[in-house]
Amino acid sequence: MLGNSVLSTLGRVLGAVFIGLVLTGTALAQQPLKIGFGMSLTGPLAGNGKAALIAMEIWRDDVNAKGGILGRKVEFVYYDDQTSPATVPSIYTKLLDVDKVDLVVSGYGTNVIAPAMPIIMQRNLTFMTLFGLNVNSKFSYDRYFQIMPAGPQPAIGWSQGFFDAAMGMNPKPKTIALVGADAEYPAMALEGAREHAKKTGLKIVYDKTYPPNTVDYSPIVRAIQATNPEVVFVASYPPDSAGMVRAANEVGLKTRMFGGGLVGPQFAALKTQLGPLLNGVVNYEFYVPDVSSRFPFLEQFLAKYQARAVVEKVDPLGFYLPPYAYAMMQVLDQAITATKGLDQAKLAEYMHKNTFDTYVGKVGFAKNGEWAAPRVMMTQYHGITGNDVEQFKKPGRLTVLSPKEYKTGDLKAPYHENKK
Amino acid sequence: MEVSWALLANAVIAGLLLGGFYAAMSVGISISFGMLDVVNIAHPAFIILGSYIAYIVNDRFGLDPIVVSVVVSPLFFVLGAVLYRVYYYCFERRGQESLRGLAFFFGILFITEVALVLIFGVDYRMVSSRYGDVTWRLGEVGFPMRLVVPFLVAMVMVIGLQLFLTRTFFGRAVLAVAQDQLALRLMGVNPVRVKELAFAISIATAGIAGAFLIVIQPVQPAIGREFIGLVFAVCVLGGMGSILGTLLGAFVLGLAESFTSTFFGPSWAPAVSFGLLLATLAFRPSGILGR
Repeated sequence: MLGNSVLSTLGRVLGAVFIGLVLTGTALAQQPLKIGFGMSLTGPLAGNGKAALIAMEIWRDDVNAKGGILGRKVEFVYYDDQTSPATVPSIYTKLLDVDKVDLVVSGYGTNVIAPAMPIIMQRNLTFMTLFGLNVNSKFSYDRYFQIMPAGPQPAIGWSQGFFDAAMGMNPKPKTIALVGADAEYPAMALEGAREHAKKTGLKIVYDKTYPPNTVDYSPIVRAIQATNPEVVFVASYPPDSAGMVRAANEVGLKTRMFGGGLVGPQFAALKTQLGPLLNGVVNYEFYVPDVSSRFPFLEQFLAKYQARAVVEKVDPLGFYLPPYAYAMMQVLDQAITATKGLDQAKLAEYMHKNTFDTYVGKVGFAKNGEWAAPRVMMTQYHGITGNDVEQFKKPGRLTVLSPKEYKTGDLKAPYHENKK
Repeated sequence: MEVSWALLANAVIAGLLLGGFYAAMSVGISISFGMLDVVNIAHPAFIILGSYIAYIVNDRFGLDPIVVSVVVSPLFFVLGAVLYRVYYYCFERRGQESLRGLAFFFGILFITEVALVLIFGVDYRMVSSRYGDVTWRLGEVGFPMRLVVPFLVAMVMVIGLQLFLTRTFFGRAVLAVAQDQLALRLMGVNPVRVKELAFAISIATAGIAGAFLIVIQPVQPAIGREFIGLVFAVCVLGGMGSILGTLLGAFVLGLAESFTSTFFGPSWAPAVSFGLLLATLAFRPSGILGR
């Protein structure tokens, strides 16, 4: 009798404990998975920051529509870093200590990724980053990952296609001019270009930088023309990209190949403004409609993005950054799901050892967290008439020169002949 | 690099065209800072505002951006008058214009920037014009119209202002405000009213310079900050309160930038420009034409 009573009480207690555990587990599962980041929503890089945020929000909505990650709805906690590196440490400290986010990812660009690194490293977090240029070369952090497809040696991978195309010309060029802004990205791109020039035996006849607030670029282009280079490699940010392309047209630059590292023509604003002035320019892209068949899911993503971009007044094409911002989150999603948790060490280990199916294709990471192999598309503009944005939404305005597996045509040289 | 006459001539032309643009950007500062002693650090923000108004009218109606800027300059004039009144009542009248006034204009700078971000977004904006992609050539010397047209209008504006300020009663009153406000009161002129109108003119010139800027290069809301140093440097180099000095200072900086970019390397351009500024101030502390 007594035994039955004890057993009955024990059974009730165990039952209560079991129900409690189930309820606690359910409550935990129902807690949102908070992902924190700083993003440039004002300041010079806000155009890209806002576009990236739209892409990430589309991913969040897509994931939540499928029930979230590990049964938890995804929630973003983000702050405007004002494109200012000085704001970044406090943003990430607040995200981790006050907002208690489960994971952090980076904002857009090298300038805001680098200042977050000490905090991330101090806390041994896995850090998925968006378009940082060779940031980890300074930190050598084994939990750093980067989504831009510049390859394990970004400085080299960035301009590989440009030099492949240059050295594919017949006869091979012998001289090159290098020019870029006094800023972090152009410095890296020029460093890589110098390496390529050395490897390929190209004689550098002009190698100079200019201050980012330069207004008139024609004296620079004239100085380049005076050295008569066969190839001109330019590494620039949007305003100077527009200035360099305009100056090349105004001066009537005569060279066999021009471009390489112009940031800006990837966006609708510069594409439409420069219009036919872009004909003949060789430049990098991360996606062009001419290779849409290779990225079957991007069309549906871009349709969603483009609808929101019009409302948010950001780049209406979204070929450059948004697909990669989405892919960055896909990588995290797949890693969390596979490791069944948020253990930072397991996440990093999984991300190093596996490849990920994303909207931008298969992504695998090298030891330093960069893409295992570069996939910067080097393209050449041609046949652009007028300034209509619609022509850029369809195939036919850019020839992909490299990589080989995406190639859609051959380089048309010399540069100035493309103007006719 | 082989130095040819064509390269030299092109460097001179590019420097002068650039100088004309710098003069248009700086002439408003020369009035507000040089003549009225109002440290309007928000001047570049009004330049960017002018760029965006030119952009939106050009985008929607296809009108020439510089024509638009001239047409809407009365609006900038009114804006400038209102702004000065606020500044006067809140700071200048109380003798708190030095540090608090500076903070006020910093605030205006950021508010304008954020307002532009909220209204227009953060993407780069540009305009289209008939002359934007046209270059006239005289032998081997090129004249890009996107710089020539702003240069010509800038010359009309700056020289017109110089004539206005030296040949009219109001203009002389503005010059007098800079020198002796008490004497001006004794002459029966209200210096606050004179300063209000002169400040309004300075903001009107910013609106027009904004159109020049967007004709020359793409613009986004935060780009004005890059020109704060330049406009004050031109003003100080030329001589505080001297319109002709501002023009001369702008040409000096434009030519220095162009020659340095062409013959020595563009990264030296700011060092050479500001080196010239320092050298000028060392030998002539009041600037080239300053009194």
